[in-house]
Amino acid sequence: MGMTIVEKILAGHAGLDSVVPGQLVEARVDRVLANDITAPIAIREFKQAGASKVFDPERIILVPDHFAPNKDIASAEQCKLLREFAHQQQLTHYFEVGRMGIEHALLPEQGLVLPGEIIVGADSHTCTHGALGALGTGVGSTDVAAAMIAGELWFKVPETMKFIFNGVLRPWVSGKDLILYIIGDIGVDGALYRAMEFGGEVIDSLSMEGRLTMANMAIEAGGKCGIFSPDAITEEYLKGRTTQPWNAVAADADAKYCEVKHYRCEDIEPQVAFPHSPDNTRSISAVGTVPIDQAVIGSCTNGRIEDLRVAAAILKGRKTAPGVRLIVFPATQAIYLQALREGLLEIFIEAEAVVSTPTCGPCLGGHMGILARGETAIATTNRNFVGRMGHPESFVYLANPAITAASAVLGRIGSPDEL
Amino acid sequence: MQFTGRVWKFGDNINTDEIIPARYLNTSDPAELAKHCMEDADPDFPGKLAPGDIIVAGQNFGCGSSREHAPIALKAAGIACVIAGSFARIFYRNSFNMGLPILECPEAAARIAEGTMVTVELDSGLITLAGDAGTLIAQPIPPFMRNLISAGGLMNYVREKMGT
Repeated sequence: MGMTIVEKILAGHAGLDSVVPGQLVEARVDRVLANDITAPIAIREFKQAGASKVFDPERIILVPDHFAPNKDIASAEQCKLLREFAHQQQLTHYFEVGRMGIEHALLPEQGLVLPGEIIVGADSHTCTHGALGALGTGVGSTDVAAAMIAGELWFKVPETMKFIFNGVLRPWVSGKDLILYIIGDIGVDGALYRAMEFGGEVIDSLSMEGRLTMANMAIEAGGKCGIFSPDAITEEYLKGRTTQPWNAVAADADAKYCEVKHYRCEDIEPQVAFPHSPDNTRSISAVGTVPIDQAVIGSCTNGRIEDLRVAAAILKGRKTAPGVRLIVFPATQAIYLQALREGLLEIFIEAEAVVSTPTCGPCLGGHMGILARGETAIATTNRNFVGRMGHPESFVYLANPAITAASAVLGRIGSPDEL
Repeated sequence: MQFTGRVWKFGDNINTDEIIPARYLNTSDPAELAKHCMEDADPDFPGKLAPGDIIVAGQNFGCGSSREHAPIALKAAGIACVIAGSFARIFYRNSFNMGLPILECPEAAARIAEGTMVTVELDSGLITLAGDAGTLIAQPIPPFMRNLISAGGLMNYVREKMGT
């Protein structure tokens, strides 16, 4: 019987000819990732297990990105734990402040995730790496500790759900809108325990940035992972980033899907997710009047160069509305530098935005842009749960970079067409 | 294993930001995390729960962030068991790995009222409501997970494999 991409990757890493959904397997992992919030628990578990060495110092990746640059003394202690563990274990891929970026933007950029691989990360957005045709999935810190020791982990083979996009994208519609549209359609548990595979003519020509954004939010539908079939766009993206050979794992023609959803892109406007759930979506034309206090452009979802270019094109020659704080945070140092060289940072600063060093800070209400009671933000991030960006009585709307940039100028949620 | 405790009710899609808000994640100390358990779902919850209490919730409990601080906070706060219609998959893994008992029971949210005393038997999945209010059967724990639990959680399981 034919297998899906995810089934093939799991079978290959478990040393089996084939697997079926529901089967429990022990599979080898290629990369193990953790950050300054989740690694401290993993390191504690690692030590309590009596382990002395990680299974392979080249395959463990530690990135202090959440509360880094250190936001307070307690966060500084957590980052220090990572630094010391990385040094003691002689890890190849520890990314210090100044070299680091938001982990899920950083790893693909550095060529650290390849098609056909399995990457587990103690961060729910590890599903981002499915954009490259890898099985990326979020796990807890204890799972990461076990994987750091053994180089393998148990997995339940998920059923795969397929999402096919055909037609032509409408103006201002991006990968962000396609994934928000799916989440609005199937709900925040619509893909619970399942793999989400994306395809169709629109996906075939979608940029790697757009794919990374879509795979990133698979978790917001409950998905175990989001995955794309590696193609010429994948190959082009990897050129110059890796010298390692890689294996383009594609689904069999007779692969079995538990559900197949077809979408016509002519029907899809830019999407806005209303508080307090990513599935509470509306088309931009149905938003109504929503004044904002803050606009945030960045994160592992939408902090890549393409996102910044879109925002800059809208902000060029314009100013952030009075009373609105616009915060732009490029996702990695390389993206920051490229934005600088392309003149994008100048456009942001002239538009009276602040440009932040790479950090997860504002997205999860950590630092660098916290909301007060009663305040409203529009953000290109991935979650708008109660209290996600600050006070439990604040409000977060999720959208793409174009809508967010236009909203910063308008002072309310709106489209670039209104400028 | 058997627990008897008072039930606190929560709705569908309770996410890990509600279970333990990110603003408290500059520590992983269980006692500190316990002080803020469920705070963004119910600000009064940390003050009113008693050790041994049981949470009953709807669908997709524990969705969102992978933070293991969520089951750590619940366990350290003294929650004996979480019964939900379904669990988000990362939270499901983390709970077993941390040794927080969880049971899937689709009827629980509709059948069990807040404040009810219930007795939960983990091995059989039997949930008995106090005052002859009936019983429910939760989905039994899969055999593979029982092995993991009998080893004392994931790290013990790995330690056995290392032969230490």
